[in-house]
Formats: sequence, structure tokens, C-alpha cells
Amino acid sequence: MDLGMNADQEAIKDVFASFFIEQTGPESARNSIPLGFDTEAWKRISETGAPGMGVSPPAGGGASLSDLVIVAEEAGSQIAPLPIIDHVVASRVLEKLDLLEEEVLTGTLIAGLVVRPVENGVAKSVPTGAIANRLIALNEDKLLLLTDEPPNESLPNHGDLPIAHREIKNADVIAEGKEATEIFDRTLNEWKTLTSAFLVGITRSSIEITVEYVKDRHQFGKPIGSFQSVQHGLADLPGLCDGARLLVNKAAWAGDKEISGEIKLTDNEISDFATLASMSLIFAGETSLQATDRSLHYHGGYGFSEEYDIQLFYRRARAWSQILNSPSEECLHLADLLLKDSEG
Amino acid sequence: MDFELSEKAIDFRSQVKKFIENNLTSEIISNMHGTGTFNDKSFNEALASEGLLAGAVPGYGDRDPVELYLLFNELEKAGAPYDGLAVTMLVAGIINAVGTEFHHEEILKKLLTGKHNCCLGYSEPDYGSDVASITTKAEKVGDKWIINGQKMWTTMAHESDWVLLLTRTNSEVPKHKGMTMFLVPMATPGIEIQPVPTMASEKTNATFYDNVEVEDQWRLGEVDDGWSVMGIALALERGVMGGTNPAVPLLKHVLNWAETTPSKNESLMINNTLMRERIARTAIINQVGQLLTLRAAWIAATGGMPGVEGSMAKIYASEEYQKVVGWFQQMAGAEGLLSFGAEDAAASGWIDYDARHAPVTTIYGGTSEINRNNIAERHLGLPRSR
Repeated sequence: MDLGMNADQEAIKDVFASFFIEQTGPESARNSIPLGFDTEAWKRISETGAPGMGVSPPAGGGASLSDLVIVAEEAGSQIAPLPIIDHVVASRVLEKLDLLEEEVLTGTLIAGLVVRPVENGVAKSVPTGAIANRLIALNEDKLLLLTDEPPNESLPNHGDLPIAHREIKNADVIAEGKEATEIFDRTLNEWKTLTSAFLVGITRSSIEITVEYVKDRHQFGKPIGSFQSVQHGLADLPGLCDGARLLVNKAAWAGDKEISGEIKLTDNEISDFATLASMSLIFAGETSLQATDRSLHYHGGYGFSEEYDIQLFYRRARAWSQILNSPSEECLHLADLLLKDSEG
Repeated sequence: MDFELSEKAIDFRSQVKKFIENNLTSEIISNMHGTGTFNDKSFNEALASEGLLAGAVPGYGDRDPVELYLLFNELEKAGAPYDGLAVTMLVAGIINAVGTEFHHEEILKKLLTGKHNCCLGYSEPDYGSDVASITTKAEKVGDKWIINGQKMWTTMAHESDWVLLLTRTNSEVPKHKGMTMFLVPMATPGIEIQPVPTMASEKTNATFYDNVEVEDQWRLGEVDDGWSVMGIALALERGVMGGTNPAVPLLKHVLNWAETTPSKNESLMINNTLMRERIARTAIINQVGQLLTLRAAWIAATGGMPGVEGSMAKIYASEEYQKVVGWFQQMAGAEGLLSFGAEDAAASGWIDYDARHAPVTTIYGGTSEINRNNIAERHLGLPRSR
């Protein structure tokens, strides 16, 4: 057992922490409204080779899921308006099916994932729908590749994400039957794991921003951070943030080892990837809601004003935690995994 | 991160699981709830003869904190009587760290047989969280100490051979610097135990000390340095000696109940949508409780001091346990109120039991508020608020 990062991962963390702080930061998220995508920052991150890091080593990648969660958390900590998570997981599918184009590998074309099943020929509220040139989607038991030009216009939304509906027009069937659903499930579990890491980043930063704020902001002649009511509201959050990070990393570990079926519910011994990925999304989501909620509140009226960053974190926590599913629905999916012997 | 336990730890866990399977009878469990004493000397003795007890002393023997966590986690998950054992092993660890040869021979050796217990005498009627203000007085008269005062929450005092007693020995210095720790034999004349029944199964005690005379050899640590001895206890405990997975046995009982109990609209409770959502959320809470505790154990095993991390695990596990208990008790309706032995009691009375037990978990072993102070000051760097 080792609950720390290895030397390579420390290096990944340092590189990406610097990148997202210098090249995006909350300013980039703010300036990317309404599209929800920073074209210039995407060009710069593409120059580092990051869009291709999730594919196999011969194709120029080699990052494990455990490495990628580090990148995703750093991206989340700066609410980077870049489709890095969707692009990386979609690229892995394309490589697996021998469909990886050079332009996707380099980030010239953006790939994404239709996270929910297609209904009546339309992929609704796709997280990268406004900007993705290549989209992987599941339509019943067929895996599709959409190659239409993206609309480059987002549906106005709570989290300023590049959300759009996409009609299924020019779609190739790239896998069918059991293969299709297996690939999609695996990919969605990777997406859940990395999105959870992004949410952990949001939680971490909102705590940091708020701790600084309450040390600085004075009322009644004292920093508001010296009042016990404020301290205790904040003191609940780091444990939740750390718990979410541990759960996400456990999911990534299980994903890298492709652990399937290890669920002993009544003994609390669980290492099944799909189960841990679902748990991560629910827990990291809920944690980010609580952290951003309290953080915004301790900013007082300023937290509600557009000028302060905390509202950007608050809204993105909500967007990412429910763009796949309502948390209650995701819990029911999780219950099906946990209670396989009982009917749903 | 790598979540695979070491082979040694996996073997140890299997040994503990097997021990529990062979030794934890339903009689032991019903006896603990019937008597209110969450301690079973024959069970402890069996643990000792299996060679599992010496490993349970923090800082002693060849068991690292991860294995210490595994032992208590398995006992907790199985609903075994381990409250008395955890305190006893903690005291054994303190003796191991600062005790004299006399303490090792006279107490530690005996504690390792499982036949003897220790209890903690820290809190007083007027001083709980503010433990540095205690007033139980120890006065040096000749070469002996005379102790007078009262302690609260001396759980297992009636099972114990010694009490780890925090006393005031100097009132002229700042309060942290005037306390001394003793290991007082419970058989010493002048000690009276008064049982304190609680709203749950478990019983605790108040203890009274009236001119209790002890020789200097029963002092643990230096005179006026009792605060450091308490610090050692906290460092050894690290949140890994049970208490961070209370909703695991609860969920097991709830599942048994939900799988056999008809629901209004569905065939069985287990198919009820809200029930399933709450089962899923409880499973997450149990995983996170485990991971936060493992992290504290891992930090300790790799040479760190997980004080803040222990606080995080304690707050999380106890507060979420209370939430979970509330969900399931309400879902069980009127039958969720029925106790052990009552006809039709939901989950054979376990839901009622957990709902009675849960309130104390955010109080004992450091209240949520004390733990939040710890995190606010030592982790977030906010100014001291008291």
C-alpha cells in the first residue's frame, strides 16, 4: 500500500499545476464565457502533447488513469475551460478501434464523449457538444463516431460549459453488440473517474480561496476567520476533499488494474472499477457542492457578485456533478452494481 | 497510489477474520448488549492466546499501524465487544512508551494476557473538552500520594484493575504544566464506582477518589508532566483503533431487514427506490471512512504524525453514521422504534440500537468541535478561537 505519489507523478503534478495556473487560471474560465472553451490555451496545451497523453506509449502517450487523475485535479483547481478529460478518454477509444487520427492525437481536432445514451437520434446536452469535431456515442448497442462540424455555440448554462445538443447525422458505426457496450462502459467509467478528480480540484481551490479570504476580511475589528462559527464551517471541508481524492485515486488504481467484480458490500471491501468510479462521481460531486456552497457563503455578498471567482467554482461544481446524471439516479445505478443479486 | 495491502497485512487480516469467525459467538454479542459492558475477558484472552493481542499495542511488537487498524476495523465490522480492549491496549502502548520497569512487569505483562483491563480517568463532572482544567488533586505526603476527586465517563472501571488517572499536582503554574498521571490500582481503598446507565446499551461509570493513597511507583511520567503523557496517548491512538466504520455492521443489519421486509409499493424494501439510493450512499460513506482511516494509519506507518488526519476521519465517520442511522430509522417507520427482543423489531432491533448509540460517537474520544478546532488551527492555519 502506498497512498502517496511516485516521483513521476510528482513531476506530472508540478508541470500541470504550473501550466494551468499560468495559462488558464479562473481568468480564462471567465473570459471564455459564453462558449466555455479557451482556444488559445488549448493550442498551448496541445504544444505540450497533453491531448495525446492517454493513448498507448507507441502512439505517443503512456499515462495511466492514476497519472491522468493528477492532471484532471490540477485542471479542476483552475477550472480550466479545456476539454482535456473528454478528449483523453475519447482518444483512448479511437486508438483501441484503430481510428486515431494524427489531428486528434495533436489536439488539432477535438474529441469528446456523448456521456448519455442517444435518444431519438439526438445526443442531448453533450458536455463538449459545442466544440468537439469527433464524438463517441452509444446508440442502443452500437458505438458511433460523429464527425460533423461542431456548432461552436453553446447552450447558455449554469456552469459556462461548451454544452450543445447534437443530431446524429454523419455517424459511423465503429463497434456493435457486446463490444460496443463494453467499450462504452469502460470509457464512461474513465470519464467518471477523471471528472471526479476535476471536482476534487474545484473543492480544493474553493477551500484555499476561502481560507485566504476569511483571514483577510475583517468585521467587528477581527478577521472573520477568527470566529469559531466560520472556522468550524470550513474545518469540515478538508476531510471531505481528502476523502474524495482517496476514493478517486482508488477508482483510478482499480481502473489501471482492470479490477472487475470485487464487491463485498457487507464487509466494506470494494475494488471493482465500475463501482468505485460511480462512487467517486457521486461523492466528489456532493463534496464539491458543499465546499463551494460554504465557500461562497463566507464571502458574504461579494461571493454572489460576478467579480469574485468563487461563484465560477460554485457553478462549475454543480455543472460537472450532474451533467451525466442526477446524483440520485447515479446512486440507483450504484445500488444495482452493489446489489447484483437483488432485482432493481 | 497503491491500495493493495502488503502480503503480511493480508495474512494478518485473514487471521483476524478467522479468529472472529471461530470465537465471536452470538452469545458474546447478546451478552455485551445485555450487560452494557462492551468488553469480554474470555474473548480478549482468546485473542491473546492466538497471538493477536501483543500486536494490538500501538508502538509495541512487530505490528505496524496499518495492522493495528485492520485488527480494530475487523472487530468493529463484526460488532465485537472491543471498547474495553481498545482503551486497555492504548494504555499498554503508553506504558510501553514511558513506563518504568515496574510498570512493564506489574501492568503491561498482565494487560497482554487479555485477563486484565485499564480504564481512563481524564474527564470530570465540570471539565470534559477542557481537560487541562481538571481539579482531582494528588498531594505528596511523605513518600506517598493522596488523591481526592471525582472522574466521569470512566467506562469499564468495574472491569478494570487500573485507572489511568490525570490529577492536579500544582495549582501555582499554568494549568497544562501542573498535572501528573498515575496508574492507580482499582483495588486501592477509597475508590468508589457508581454506574452511569446511558440511553443506549452501553454502560459507563463515575468514579470517586476519597483519600486514595498510592506509592510513587504508580506515577506514570514525570511530576507535573501529565500533559505530555496525554499527548503520547493521542499520538498512539491516531484514529486507527476502531470507531471509523460504525455504519458497516449497521448496513449489514439493514440489508438483512430490507431483503425480507415488504414495502408499501414494491414487493420488498430492498426494491424501494429511496432505500436503494440510501444503501448506495451508505456504501460510499463506509468506503470513505475506511480510506480516511487507512490514510492516517499509512502516515503513521511511514513515520508521520497523522493528528489532523485522525481528526478528519473521526468527524467524518461519526457525523455520517448519525445521518445514516436517521435515514434507516425513519424508513423503518414504527418498527424502527422497536428494541432488541421485541416482536417485529426492524433489523431485529439493531436500527433502534444504532439510533441510540450514534449520538455519543460525536462526543466521546474528542468531540466534533474539538476536532474542528484542531483542523482549523493546525491544517487551515486559522487563529486560535478560544
